[in-house]
Amino acid sequence: MTDSHSEFSSDVDSHADAPTIDPDLIDDAIDYYTPGEPIVDAKAPTGPIDQRWSTRKFEARLVNPSNRRKLDVIIVGTGLAGASAAATLGEAGYNVKSFCYQDSPRRAHSIAAQGGINAAKNYKEDGDSVHRLFYDTVKGGDYRSRESNVYRLAEVSTNIIDQCVAQGVPFAREYGGLLDNRSFGGVQVSRTFYARGQTGQQLLIGAYQALERQVAAGTVTTYTRHEMLEVIVAEDEAGQSRARGIIVRDMVTGEIETHLADVVVLASGGYGNVFYLSTNAMGCNVTAAWRAHRKGAYMANPCYTQIHPTCIPVSGPHQSKLTLMSESLRNDGRIWVPKNKADCAKDPREIPEEDRDYYLERIYPSFGNLVPRDIASRAAKYQCDDGRGVGPEVEGVRRGVYLDFADAIGRLGRDAVEEKYGNLFDMYARITGEDPYETPMRIYPAVHYVMGGLWVDYDLQSSIPGLFVTGEANFSDHGANRLGASALMQGLADGYFVLPHTIRDYLADGPFEKLEESHPAVVEAKAAVEERINHFLTVGGTRSVDSYHRELGHIMWEYCGMERTEDGLKKAIDLIRTLKDDFYRNVKVLGTADSLNQSLEKAGRVADFIELGELMCIDALNRRESCGGHFRAESQTEDGEALRHDDAFAYVAAWEFVADGEKPILHKEDLTYTAIEMKQRSYK
Amino acid sequence: MSAPDGTKTGMKLTLNIWRQPDATSPGKMHTYQVEDVSEDMSFLEMLDVLNEQLNAAGEDPVAFDSDCREGICGMCGLMINGQAHGPVTTTTCQLHMRSFKDGETITIEPWRADAFPVLKDLVVDRGAFDRIIQQGGYISVNTGSAPEAHSVQVPKEDADRAFDMATCIGCGACVAACPNGSASLFMGAKITHLGQLPQGQAERDKRVVNMVAQHDHEGFGGCTNIGECTSACPKEIPLDVISQLNKDLRTAMKHGR
Repeated sequence: MTDSHSEFSSDVDSHADAPTIDPDLIDDAIDYYTPGEPIVDAKAPTGPIDQRWSTRKFEARLVNPSNRRKLDVIIVGTGLAGASAAATLGEAGYNVKSFCYQDSPRRAHSIAAQGGINAAKNYKEDGDSVHRLFYDTVKGGDYRSRESNVYRLAEVSTNIIDQCVAQGVPFAREYGGLLDNRSFGGVQVSRTFYARGQTGQQLLIGAYQALERQVAAGTVTTYTRHEMLEVIVAEDEAGQSRARGIIVRDMVTGEIETHLADVVVLASGGYGNVFYLSTNAMGCNVTAAWRAHRKGAYMANPCYTQIHPTCIPVSGPHQSKLTLMSESLRNDGRIWVPKNKADCAKDPREIPEEDRDYYLERIYPSFGNLVPRDIASRAAKYQCDDGRGVGPEVEGVRRGVYLDFADAIGRLGRDAVEEKYGNLFDMYARITGEDPYETPMRIYPAVHYVMGGLWVDYDLQSSIPGLFVTGEANFSDHGANRLGASALMQGLADGYFVLPHTIRDYLADGPFEKLEESHPAVVEAKAAVEERINHFLTVGGTRSVDSYHRELGHIMWEYCGMERTEDGLKKAIDLIRTLKDDFYRNVKVLGTADSLNQSLEKAGRVADFIELGELMCIDALNRRESCGGHFRAESQTEDGEALRHDDAFAYVAAWEFVADGEKPILHKEDLTYTAIEMKQRSYK
Repeated sequence: MSAPDGTKTGMKLTLNIWRQPDATSPGKMHTYQVEDVSEDMSFLEMLDVLNEQLNAAGEDPVAFDSDCREGICGMCGLMINGQAHGPVTTTTCQLHMRSFKDGETITIEPWRADAFPVLKDLVVDRGAFDRIIQQGGYISVNTGSAPEAHSVQVPKEDADRAFDMATCIGCGACVAACPNGSASLFMGAKITHLGQLPQGQAERDKRVVNMVAQHDHEGFGGCTNIGECTSACPKEIPLDVISQLNKDLRTAMKHGR
């Protein structure tokens, strides 16, 4: 599941001199892009950081309540960021259309988040504050996020809890009837609110119910089983381009529909499925975001991917998705592999203590099994690359390490372990058929969240005027690495408390000139969608869509996964270009356009994933530094730790699409910190 | 399964699957063979294998719903050998092939209920559930108007019970399992979740009356205390939520709603 559980951020601040990089080494990707003009976020007010959001809210223009019903808002996606925005804007009186590809808004993948949601309530009086949550989030993101956005996120976090409690979200409570909090991993304060291991589900049901209430009130119309396939960007009379609508496909009848509006919001989630196997839901895709990118929305930091160390390993070539187990398991489980390759196929219980390598405890004696996610993930990969992985051989390699609870069961007793982790052990047993009380669990890292996404300014507006982007689909708040229990916080912050204020400043200029379906921009967008669909159905090739997706996933995981190198990324770009060419000439999609056709749906998504994959590799190639979830083998300390290069890379890489087959343009947004000092992390 | 030399071999299965081209055309059962099914596969991965096979042969793949494939989104749901979600108390996506034997014949059908029309093959329309929620399955609170979260204390027992009932994933197995096609368990879970909390009291009478009216309007049947719903429920929502539903409805009637 999408875990928001503990990020073991118990890192040590280091004031060591900032490393510098040879200027000749910072243009690895120069053959793959065109340098563009630098960009700035023009919307964030200056001044003291704790005043910026109040200032912006005050300065953002208002829309008279009687005008709101004349303004049409399209929102794509019904996860936390989309459903909360649709409900809130509906309550405010705007005319909202909400779209999702699932059969009900309640099924969006936010529902799978397990761990919890952070908020700076300081109910434990343990020294938490808005500033501390801000500080932890910027530092956790390895100083690659925008400080104004993060501060605002921390600021509105407390309102989220109030809102959700009032909606009836059944958070865990103490016996006195007050809300319970827990501390996640090494975070030193207890600021995480939770609903057993199903926090995402409960928060999403809250937002979904608020949304359905607005449907009944007539302010929101929902379009389920509808997939957005194009954004409509049209010039107004003054020559200003604006997002004015979307083209969608009714996934049941196949009808291509045009929906026009004054503003378009994308809350369409992350693109982890570019790796084929991830903890994302089967339908999660990049199409809405990618279509917007191709129409002018910049894609920011696409290479920032979070890989989670405690997932259930792949069991065979049939694997369709990966399942995450809460990282809290690392609090009591010990991670090891056999010292001898010959022992890898043995029953682990028969391998004596002296033949086991508790590699995290060995390499990182002070943090041991609790090192941060990226370090734990890479270390597991190295053991398996070295031929000491365990579990079934998949394509000739055993990709798994043991997570052993024998010591914990000996120390605490089976009942105590069951009390703490029973549901996770049950889930593991159901999926693998093995009993983790008897034999060690096997785990392996998996892709689980992307920090990159469409570039947005402080108002959450993309580089296309009138196109706003919220939640995981934007890039703004998590920098190069997201902390546990912060994804849910960001989704709801954007939808309930940020977007409704910033979007009104844009809508104050509306309603915009009415667009006819005969407008050239609408005709062009609709024709492009129909042409693509027609192409897929008439290629008449030999390979299934899934086989291409699987191959793309292999390339991405091998060369743009946990460890990236210049040579590997260049190779990946070549492989992806070849794959793309083959895909358009040789894919086999059966059925018709005018019916429920799941192969056709997948074909469009995979086509976009292939293009995204190439851009991710270019972005990773350009960023010759290691930061957060991005590890370039060329940029590490002598001890093998990630090495940032603030002198060369303290910027957001915002990529502009030019045309098929042409180099993208790189725009840099410099990151400056006024309220926090940049530091290097260390775990030894 | 192990061959004599210790290597794993796959299962061979016969699948009887409901095929229906669209909502208005008649459907019928078709028989397919799949080979090399691993016991580590999930049930839906086994269907993925079948679909790859059909695609290669130029036949239209079988349409079925799934999304999270980890038992929480509620999108998947198949009648497997006459049981909603199959032989194990979990969702279809969390059912694994080790629950089946080599050579077995498996019958796979969509949810069948008047209120859940088939759209194609194994895909049904569960929009009726959303429309029931629209009639009161919420607490009315506009964004920004919420009081401080600690201004109301909720006894832990109440919060825990509310949580247990809120774990319903809206998959529709209760309806599919019920001989009457009733959604009483689904409704009862929501009524109990919200009714258990102080925040949910203001709209309690109106909620139950309107939700039940919508339920009946959608064509779901009444509850006759058979209990198939709770035994099919992957989240083990207990039958007593239906008692709570009836009790709340009675109370609302007394209040003249």
